[in-house]
Amino acid sequence: MSNSETGTHVSYLEHEGKYKGLLGWLLTTDHKKIGLLYLYCIIVFFFVAAILGVLMRIELIAPGQTIMGPQTYNGMFTIHGIIMIFVIVIPALPAIFGNFFLPIMIGAKDVAFPKLNLFSFYLYLIGAIFGVLSQFIGGGAPDTGWTFYVPYSSQSSTNVIYALIAAFILGFSSILTGLNFIVTMHRMRAPGMGWFRMPLFPWSLYATAWIQVLATPIVGITLLMVIAERVLKIGFFDPALGGDPVLFQHLFWIYSHPAVYIMILPGMGIVTEIFPTFSQKPIFGYTAILFSSLAIAFVGYFVWGHHMYTAGISTGSRWFFSFLTFLVAVPSAIKVFNWISTLYGGSIEMRPPLLYAISFIFLFMIGGFTGLTLGSVATDIQAHDTAFVVAHFHYIIFGGMGFAFFAGMHYWFPKMFGRMYSDKIAYIGWGFLFTGFNVLYFPQFIIGLQGMPRRYFDYLPQFQTGQVISTIGAFILFTGLVIMVTNLVYHAKRGAIAPANPWKGVTLEWQIPSPPSHENFDEIPEINHAPYFFGNTPENK
Amino acid sequence: MSTHSIHSEQIESETGKLGMWIFLLTELFLFGGLFLVYAVFRAQYSEAFHAGAQELNAFIGTLNTVFLLVSSMTVAMAITAIQKDKKNLAIFLILITLILAGLFMMNKYFEWSHKFELKLYPGSEVLKNLPRGELLFFGLYFMMTGLHAIHVLIGMTLLAINIFKIKNGEVSSNHYLHLENSGLYWHLVDLIWIFLFPLLYLIT
Repeated sequence: MSNSETGTHVSYLEHEGKYKGLLGWLLTTDHKKIGLLYLYCIIVFFFVAAILGVLMRIELIAPGQTIMGPQTYNGMFTIHGIIMIFVIVIPALPAIFGNFFLPIMIGAKDVAFPKLNLFSFYLYLIGAIFGVLSQFIGGGAPDTGWTFYVPYSSQSSTNVIYALIAAFILGFSSILTGLNFIVTMHRMRAPGMGWFRMPLFPWSLYATAWIQVLATPIVGITLLMVIAERVLKIGFFDPALGGDPVLFQHLFWIYSHPAVYIMILPGMGIVTEIFPTFSQKPIFGYTAILFSSLAIAFVGYFVWGHHMYTAGISTGSRWFFSFLTFLVAVPSAIKVFNWISTLYGGSIEMRPPLLYAISFIFLFMIGGFTGLTLGSVATDIQAHDTAFVVAHFHYIIFGGMGFAFFAGMHYWFPKMFGRMYSDKIAYIGWGFLFTGFNVLYFPQFIIGLQGMPRRYFDYLPQFQTGQVISTIGAFILFTGLVIMVTNLVYHAKRGAIAPANPWKGVTLEWQIPSPPSHENFDEIPEINHAPYFFGNTPENK
Repeated sequence: MSTHSIHSEQIESETGKLGMWIFLLTELFLFGGLFLVYAVFRAQYSEAFHAGAQELNAFIGTLNTVFLLVSSMTVAMAITAIQKDKKNLAIFLILITLILAGLFMMNKYFEWSHKFELKLYPGSEVLKNLPRGELLFFGLYFMMTGLHAIHVLIGMTLLAINIFKIKNGEVSSNHYLHLENSGLYWHLVDLIWIFLFPLLYLIT
């Protein structure tokens, strides 16, 4: 804090290493710059995928063909899914905020393997480019859906190979990021920071990293097997080659269900940082939140079968998976209670990050409760493969992870760029986003229950009211996105200079200047109290 | 070398090794997926798997197992040699390891070409007309041994790099993390083969 005033402080953005200019960014091993590289890429890819989403919504505004043919529509929902899931939602929070803040929050100068970190970024970039390319080159966009269900994915004549390779490379990148974080947390915590003095965002990343490391190889080998099936005609899953398609679904969901927790756990970690800061009060139930993260990571491994209730698995295993699915809801609920208890009796200051964090709880709860509808076998069979499922996972993924991402962006923006954004525009952006989101996705619950199937480019006239409302919501939502991103991008360079600690936070990232210096800390701090200690906070500057 | 830098050297080495162990864990899970598929199909088509395994040459398989086990020993000896600062011995032992790995790959090559001569390759008419279980067995055989062979090649590359690193002093008696991690990787290659060998060649 002191050296920002004496003028000796050089922020990481101005720091010059071995290389200058653009090369200095492209070859950086600074975890903060790598975090920003991810951020910029993810914003670009997000807009690509969001525009695909809007185009699909326009197509659905009326029954029959509106602006695109059925094959184009199939390609669009597939690429929308692949980009959103593999390029944005899975990597975003660990790769952006994890990279940027994990070392700072545990009092380290960098991650354990800085070069490996840069390597992960380039793997990510290559994978992401493959994913986007698959939409535009050669045999046409893949039309299998992001789940690549066999036998269709081993027979479709479209660019499935590119999409499979993209997902494989992105998975590898994700494994290396997870590995890096685990080792960082094991070996590089500041002196005095025992495991139970570590803030909860790093803890959520720790649980996430183990899922990344343990589950991703399974989908990696599964995708390799599908590639081998397509290219070399080795039979694993395609019945025409002797294989078993349900086996593919098992292997795919063994990864892809835990992957849902890769998406949501860091989001939960972010809001867990925001609530104490804006209520100026320690987090309620530190240990409960911590262990619920680990419990989610653990139980999350054993619920994959709930994606397969209608795939012909036995009644016994459906009962088993349904039971565990209900069980995994418990730790999530524990977290919600703790967040609300943290707010209770606090001195609450409503600022954009808190507003986004509260919206997260609201949307995540709707997503969670409708998840119970789908987790129970009987109701799932009614709602399976309908727009209800689409609404459910958008509430969890976009309303949960997405809003947590926005919350984190507004929370840490002053630290990352050393500037403040406009609160007023942030509120307007939030208004559009929150309204647009609910207008877009809530009708999908209703028409889903009425029987509107997912992934259909055409529909019966009775669903049109719901579809039109949804499309209107899509435009409101997109407007909100543009407002929010413009606010942040514009103020990253031109905003008012941010103080070191604009929100009176107590975790380590707020104790150093904004933006941090190249090595984060002039002197590695000594930790001698719990992470959310609002007692003798150093005077806020 | 000052005490301070020896200390940080140790920390760096332990950090590097922890990273390697976790990476090896992911490799085990990668093969774990294949083992899972093997287990499922074996349970379904145990007789066909029995017939398929008899097509494989257990002698070549045993020979390859011996090659890999001995090479695992020589790579461990190379690490001890570098710890004792015997550079030439370490290079010699790595070379032996590479030769054994080369012999393994050679056998693999003969084995695969023999299968190809019998037209037992994926997508061939002969294979397609076999019973479903045998078709799956040979698919798994090619996928598992193929993926393993790729790992052998990666391991050989890592070890070969060590020879140069020892020569130019980057790997030495107080800085041998790179060799140690390559050795760990090589043991993984060995370990996976130890499971592949009985599953594909012996259990009939």
